[in-house]
Amino acid sequence: MLDDFFTRALIAGIGTALVAGPLGCFIVWRRLAYFGDTLSHAALLGVALALLFEVNIELAVFAVSGCVAIALLLLQKRAAVSSDALLGLLSHSALAIGLVVLAFMTWVRVDLMGFLFGDILAVSKMDIAIIWFGGALVLAILAMIWRPLFAATVNRELAAAEGMNPGRANVVFMLLMAAVIAISMKIVGVLLITAMLIIPAATARRLAPGPEQMAMIAAAVGAMAVMGGLFGSLEWDTPAGPSIVVAALCFFILSILPVPARLSLVSREEGRSCDEFNEGDTRS
Amino acid sequence: MLQRPDALVTLDNAGIHRGGRWLVRGISMSVDAGEIVTLIGPNGSGKSTTARMALGLIAPDEGTASRRRAIRVAYVPQKLTVDWTLPLKVSQFMHLTGRVGADEAQAALAATDATRLTHAEVRTLSGGEFQRVMLARAMARRPDLLVLDEPVQGVDFTGEIALYELIGRIRDELGCGVLLISHDLHVVMAATDRVFCLNGHVCCSGTPKSVALSPEYRALFGNRAASTLAVYEHDHDHTHLADGRVRHADGSITDHCHPDDGHHHEEPDKERSDA
Repeated sequence: MLDDFFTRALIAGIGTALVAGPLGCFIVWRRLAYFGDTLSHAALLGVALALLFEVNIELAVFAVSGCVAIALLLLQKRAAVSSDALLGLLSHSALAIGLVVLAFMTWVRVDLMGFLFGDILAVSKMDIAIIWFGGALVLAILAMIWRPLFAATVNRELAAAEGMNPGRANVVFMLLMAAVIAISMKIVGVLLITAMLIIPAATARRLAPGPEQMAMIAAAVGAMAVMGGLFGSLEWDTPAGPSIVVAALCFFILSILPVPARLSLVSREEGRSCDEFNEGDTRS
Repeated sequence: MLQRPDALVTLDNAGIHRGGRWLVRGISMSVDAGEIVTLIGPNGSGKSTTARMALGLIAPDEGTASRRRAIRVAYVPQKLTVDWTLPLKVSQFMHLTGRVGADEAQAALAATDATRLTHAEVRTLSGGEFQRVMLARAMARRPDLLVLDEPVQGVDFTGEIALYELIGRIRDELGCGVLLISHDLHVVMAATDRVFCLNGHVCCSGTPKSVALSPEYRALFGNRAASTLAVYEHDHDHTHLADGRVRHADGSITDHCHPDDGHHHEEPDKERSDA
């Protein structure tokens, strides 16, 4: 089964989407979209370094993105530069340095487009193993830090005052983000990773009655986008990575269209709990 | 100040230095179990800074801040906004920093008159509603130390009185220490055991009455503020405790409530009968 390149692409893409969805929710809630962009652009520098020192690309990308994330955390604490300008500066500098370093290495032949926009049809069995094992590890760690991270997302001071250690949860979350960038780079490429993180999460917002449900719906929407994008790319011969993002965008647009009340998950949920409450009221 | 052995939190000569000046300095205070301590002071006098030191959110640059080991803290911050991207119901918000029992959550919401909000989305609540939900969440944690930063913001005057009474009831039921920051200089609740009046330093402290009469307080807020504080005390000069006894404004506790026993200052007025 895994011998077919299209099947491998589907399995790898779905694995990536299942991890990107829940993590993307936190990126949306914490308004870190630009931050994610910066980390993923830094990934190209990781690719260049990996080729230079001949080490595993995923590991190098994780290391570089992780370092940039920690550096950004430290710089933000100093808060000398506005973080918006700081992120813009770092984001494009990292991308540019990566491109320049790659250009210097005339002895390696690199498929630059593959790194920028993804090369999902070329995933190997090894890539699938990295995506699913790495992804499972990321999700397990996210589940462990869920409560402190979520409490700090709602209000950092409240979480800290009530003994949740939001600082530690924050650092762990940054490293998880670096890990997701490392494993999803092959699927959609460094320029489109942020889209895989935030579009499914934004789509899930309208449908989800609670934060945990939003994480699960985001994972499901991401997986559907991967399937839709890949089949679309096969049908119309379009590039796979961008097709996945376009498919995700289509789901988002569907989610913001006005829905008849009887079809909407959220309003039905709310209506029911309201009824329950009224019943409880009359009984008492 | 002497270290109280059973204090939940103690600040000893603590100060915070930021941007070349002292925000607060030389703050010595403590909160014991079962005691309500109120911080008052004008804007920028360091009330929130002091509370944040007490909570351990910022470390003092001078002096010490210590909390008793393994105490359970509940914090009601001054401002909390929930982003529209975050779907969060009140029932889920109750478990934000730790799972609480379903009965406890329900009882707390009932006590703050917020039961009907249980399934509402947090971001759709009005200021007053959210304030009650935050108080319910803090209460359901059954804390040892409850810290409230300006809890009556966005609450109308009658709601304000009810809220202060509720804080008193929480203290009586849980036996927790309460550190309260009051933005309202005119209304300091009568159930307060000790008031610390801040103005970059501890300007004066003591029972609400002694602070109101102190020349430092009058210098800071003027005579009118001092007299309105006294008037408010007349409205609520005693509280009925859970065991049926009565706690009076001067801190004494009697078995019954007699208007002429010397603990009261005048007959309860019409507002009392509303409450």
